[in-house]
Amino acid sequence: MPVDVQDMQKIFARPDSLTDAKSTYCPGCHHGILTRIIAQTIDELGIAERTVGIAPVGCAVFAYRWYRCDAIQAAHGRASAVATGVKRADPNLIVFSYQGDGDFASIGTAESIHAANRGENITVIFVNNQVYGMTGGEMAPTSLVGQKTTTTPQGRDPKLFGYPIRFSEMIAQLEAPVYVTRQALYDTKHIKEATKAIKKAFTNQVEKKGYSLVEVLAACPTNWKMKPIDANIHIAKVVKKTYQLGDLVNRG
Amino acid sequence: MGERLLLRGNEVIAEAAIRAGCQCYFAYPITPQAELLQHMAVNMPRLGRTFVQAESELAAINMVYGAASAGVRTMTSSSSPGISLKQEGISYLAGSSLPAVIVNIVRGGPGLGDIAPSQCDYFQATKGGGHGDYHMIVLGPSTVPEAGQLTMLAFELADRYCTPVMLLADGMLGQMMEPVELPKPIEIGSLPKKEWATDGAKGRDPNIVLSFDLDPEVLKQMNLILQKRYRQIEAKEVRYEETATGDADIAIVAYGTVARIAKTVVKMARAEGIKLGLFRPITLWPFPSQALRKLSEKIAMVLTVEMSAGQMWEDVRLAIAEQAETPFYGEMGGVIPTPQRILSEVKKHAG
Repeated sequence: MPVDVQDMQKIFARPDSLTDAKSTYCPGCHHGILTRIIAQTIDELGIAERTVGIAPVGCAVFAYRWYRCDAIQAAHGRASAVATGVKRADPNLIVFSYQGDGDFASIGTAESIHAANRGENITVIFVNNQVYGMTGGEMAPTSLVGQKTTTTPQGRDPKLFGYPIRFSEMIAQLEAPVYVTRQALYDTKHIKEATKAIKKAFTNQVEKKGYSLVEVLAACPTNWKMKPIDANIHIAKVVKKTYQLGDLVNRG
Repeated sequence: MGERLLLRGNEVIAEAAIRAGCQCYFAYPITPQAELLQHMAVNMPRLGRTFVQAESELAAINMVYGAASAGVRTMTSSSSPGISLKQEGISYLAGSSLPAVIVNIVRGGPGLGDIAPSQCDYFQATKGGGHGDYHMIVLGPSTVPEAGQLTMLAFELADRYCTPVMLLADGMLGQMMEPVELPKPIEIGSLPKKEWATDGAKGRDPNIVLSFDLDPEVLKQMNLILQKRYRQIEAKEVRYEETATGDADIAIVAYGTVARIAKTVVKMARAEGIKLGLFRPITLWPFPSQALRKLSEKIAMVLTVEMSAGQMWEDVRLAIAEQAETPFYGEMGGVIPTPQRILSEVKKHAG
């Protein structure tokens, strides 16, 4: 039976803070889900008119296109320093950085740790997919032991390239951060939990509580050379063993 | 009239920045600019403004990038090795058309060098320094009071042209004390609103600050906008000073600390009957090429003197071409040329 459009009720829509700019992400990539969650959070908190997003270098370099709020494209690894500059210039702005693992946990190590240590009242979204996506699947600081990448074709050998860095655990050792958590997006249950965590991380900032970090385990089917469904299973079965989910700091 | 005080160059630059309405200052400690950082640490919080000692030079320049994006007047300062580390950020500031002031209290190089005065960062300051086709306005003060005046001007020019501006002074100017009449503070509220700033998209479309586009045609257009702005700056903002050039047969070209020493040399030479003049570039970029060229048309020899191996000398020769003899005398490593030595160079080349 054909249904008249006029009889239909809209129960799910694009968040106002999410633009309709064309996505540049690959099929099965989790960046899209995460982008939507952030836009939805901005809507729910009613902060779009005072939010400034900081885009990284990497697959999320175009992040400034997808949010209907002010945005800055930062140099590789420096997003947390740029966020510091914006927030200090106007503490009433809501400032979030969106950074991949190469950006946040490798080339931006110093900026990432010290923004957290100063307890900057910002929200950091740290996307951990264990690989450099945009440049062609090279080893990330977060790559798993044995993980094959284009720069570890035999698999990551810890004797030569070290171990996967648990950056959120490092941040959690600091006294200033109020909220540090690791989330995942491989099924509906975890998407819901991640959504709650991101809302908390933004709410902390609105309430001037201080620095919040949400690490998100994300799938990169393209560079993992897996089907999207297998990439999700890989996070649930394998990645989670190295990167345990849950709150590391919750002083909110 | 402002107050008259005895202050160190570094303190004057800091105080002038405050009076120019600098609301956010970010820096990392390095000699010989430490007093600048320390003055800001004491005075910025007292005024309810932002002082952050950054974890690194990279962080400091990127905090400047953030604050500039948010639309406030902002500054960082450092010395040679630290300025090298900031180059990535300066390139981004230029590429994103952001106004900011960067102070370089130059010390001897390359590498760790030393902490003595030098002019060895001229190339880095005036020719780009970081990656990409860009320039900064570069101002070279010659005295402590002028360091204050040019700091005020740096903020004005940065805002007017949406560009990073560098104050290029050396360790001598940073450390030297002189009586200074400080400029009157500007009214921050009177500054025009920056319509492009990322200060919250309330009642307007979102503003985006970026130096990036993957489409070569679009990036070319972004570059052409920068180049057009550079031509405007070259046409309107060239500054220089001529001393005793009216009847001069020969002239020295020097900037900063060396120009100050050269003024003494002019007096010494004139006492001996040598008609020596001085041409002092104040804007190192844009370089006062036309004015120097004009001067060279009526004199036989232009001696460039620098505390470097001959960096500004390249711009002098480009400006003068074959019009006059263009010898060079330079010191390196933090050695300051004496008036006597410069005079003997003048005599040697004057024949």
